[in-house]
Amino acid sequence: MSNPSETGNAGTMGQALKEALFAGVIAFGMFLLFVGIETYQDINNALVWRTRWGLLAIFVIVAAVGRFVTVAFIKPHIDRRKLNKAKSGVLEISDKKSFFHKHFLKIALVLLLIYPFLSLMIVGKQGSLKYVDNFGIQILIYVMLAWGLNIVVGLAGLLDLGYVAFYAVGAYSYALLSSYFGFSFWLLLPMSGILAALWGIILGFPVLRLRGDYLAIVTLAFGEIIRLVLINWTDVTKGTFGISGIAKASFFGIWSFDTGATNNFVKAWGLSASSVYYKIFLFYIILALCMLTAYVTIRLRRMPIGRAWEALREDEIACRSLGINTVTTKLTAFAIGAMFGGFAGSFFATRQGFVSPESFVFLESAVILAIVVLGGMGSLTGIAIAAIVMVGGTEVLREMSFLKVVFGPDFTPELYRMLLFGLAMIIVMLFKPRGFVGSREPTAFLKERRAVSGSFTKEGHG
Amino acid sequence: MALETITMTNNTLLKVEHLSMKFGGLMAINDLTFEARRGEITALIGPNGAGKTTVFNCITGFYRPTMGMITLQRRDGREFLLERLRDFEITKLAGVARTFQNIRLFSGLTVLENLLVAQHNALMKASGYTILGLLGLPAYRKAVDVSIEKAKYWLDKADLTDRADDPAGDLPYGAQRRLEIARAMCTGPELLCLDEPAAGLNPRESAALNTLLHSIRDEGVSILLIEHDMSVVMEISDHVVVLEYGQKISDGTPDHVKNDPRVIAAYLGVEDDEVEEVISEVEGGRL
Repeated sequence: MSNPSETGNAGTMGQALKEALFAGVIAFGMFLLFVGIETYQDINNALVWRTRWGLLAIFVIVAAVGRFVTVAFIKPHIDRRKLNKAKSGVLEISDKKSFFHKHFLKIALVLLLIYPFLSLMIVGKQGSLKYVDNFGIQILIYVMLAWGLNIVVGLAGLLDLGYVAFYAVGAYSYALLSSYFGFSFWLLLPMSGILAALWGIILGFPVLRLRGDYLAIVTLAFGEIIRLVLINWTDVTKGTFGISGIAKASFFGIWSFDTGATNNFVKAWGLSASSVYYKIFLFYIILALCMLTAYVTIRLRRMPIGRAWEALREDEIACRSLGINTVTTKLTAFAIGAMFGGFAGSFFATRQGFVSPESFVFLESAVILAIVVLGGMGSLTGIAIAAIVMVGGTEVLREMSFLKVVFGPDFTPELYRMLLFGLAMIIVMLFKPRGFVGSREPTAFLKERRAVSGSFTKEGHG
Repeated sequence: MALETITMTNNTLLKVEHLSMKFGGLMAINDLTFEARRGEITALIGPNGAGKTTVFNCITGFYRPTMGMITLQRRDGREFLLERLRDFEITKLAGVARTFQNIRLFSGLTVLENLLVAQHNALMKASGYTILGLLGLPAYRKAVDVSIEKAKYWLDKADLTDRADDPAGDLPYGAQRRLEIARAMCTGPELLCLDEPAAGLNPRESAALNTLLHSIRDEGVSILLIEHDMSVVMEISDHVVVLEYGQKISDGTPDHVKNDPRVIAAYLGVEDDEVEEVISEVEGGRL
């Protein structure tokens, strides 16, 4: 028993060395221009470049050593564990779920509700700004956007690459209507949702007879059209300068968060001045909006229209043979998805106090879509987890100054955001091709509700 | 029993007149005329490529015929010209449901959900186009209960009650066929169009299918089916239409069709001139 394993060991070591060398070569090729060369502007504003061989060497070494360790130690270890499990003949399926697993959603909701106060208690007012705003609000905006897009992509199976257009419509609706007419946030929030839904229908009407790749390309183009209109219609939108000084949301008109106002929230409650209260208020607004999105999605899934969306994703021709008007069904999915995008957009405008076309580039659409796909199409929990990982992860990168110890003092981790984003996506897709939560909850049942495995559900054909 | 239903309701449900369908230069159907009577099982048979599925697609609105008229008269007297309706309207208004040659189930939805999707139009109305349903009004809840009862009824008929909460894609082939028929029945049709329902079934599943089709006919729903398996056709159908190269070559009771020399020639593959010979022989004999 020991003899073959030893020779096997020597074999794996050789194999590991070979693969490590190979990984190093590939990493060198990949990162040579990425990392090895850096361009910057010198004092005369001329673009010059310098080399960073040290950093490149670290990247290559990390790749090679990582590959070596994986092949030589981690993989044999996993294989051995699998083998032992198979030998023992005990299947790891138990009906008993842990307390945490069973009440996961309730625990998560309670945590979210007390999150701002927790952060106030732990890191104080100044520290909370970062945790409530950069983490809490930022992540929740993406959760809401992804849940909105989930209706279009996850439920109805229509690949929409231009979702950010509706986000932009919502944001600019709020920015323009509030600065030109002085309407309040609470009036404009539903209005921007409705306007975005209207744009969803306007786009959807000519486009929804297209399917699959064609639909994806046209929606992509639509997203770009909206952005280009925002850039070039300077009379109204002020072009690339954007619209600044957008009014803050008020506490339902009772208290204001403007420092000069007589009914200022801080003054009314006799608190010491800090912008953290406004951030906490915004946190609860976006949390409520997220909950609304989730509630509507869950309710709609159990309505005939929601079932028709999912049926559409599974098989459009069968839908038509059952007397379902696929055009209106697709349009409602588009419009409702767009509406939530519009809500999120108007919230974004009031939170930033500034909107410009730069916030609505294609990359945003791609990130939202990536969150939906990574989370598991159709699953609200999975998507929320994916949003936390993706958006929270990139925010966490800013905090990782310890990486400077490894990569040298001039290493700025947030610049590698997209690189790591892509890496994370590849890893998740390799190990969980159906996303974090691949199964689907049936909307009706006779005897017991059993989740449908992801291997049966389809992704839709547009 | 079967004979009784024929004599009782011997009127026309579906009338196909001078139907032609051209794909570019190919004449898939050429001046086809036939009718399907209420309460009967009408079979459409013919060799591969005869245009049977094309006829189906014309009747159910998936193709728009180049020429011809397809009239459907509902029990309440309303008449519909199917070639003028869109595909989903044919199911919704005219009461024609269909199944597909290659099964098209919603494989990621459960069996029960498949049957509920089929009742979409009724439920949409009951839910006030979603708006009233979101408020959770009792009228909608009642409609949901009714729809689940209807689904249960057809689950029972198709012998699928045990699998109601399983994903449709998880069912064995024969059960998927039955589910597709049950789903079509949940739309509440007057005419059920089945495209090769017995294809790929083993003898036991085939027998179960026959029972299901008979019980559907006994409920007063007429069936139009395409079938290759002659034993199935001869056993269950009341009326057979035979197509070859997009043209009708025979039309009548199973016995009549079985002995028609043109049908025999089409199925056994006799040379063209020989067909003429056989026909003249038979007709000469008759005269």
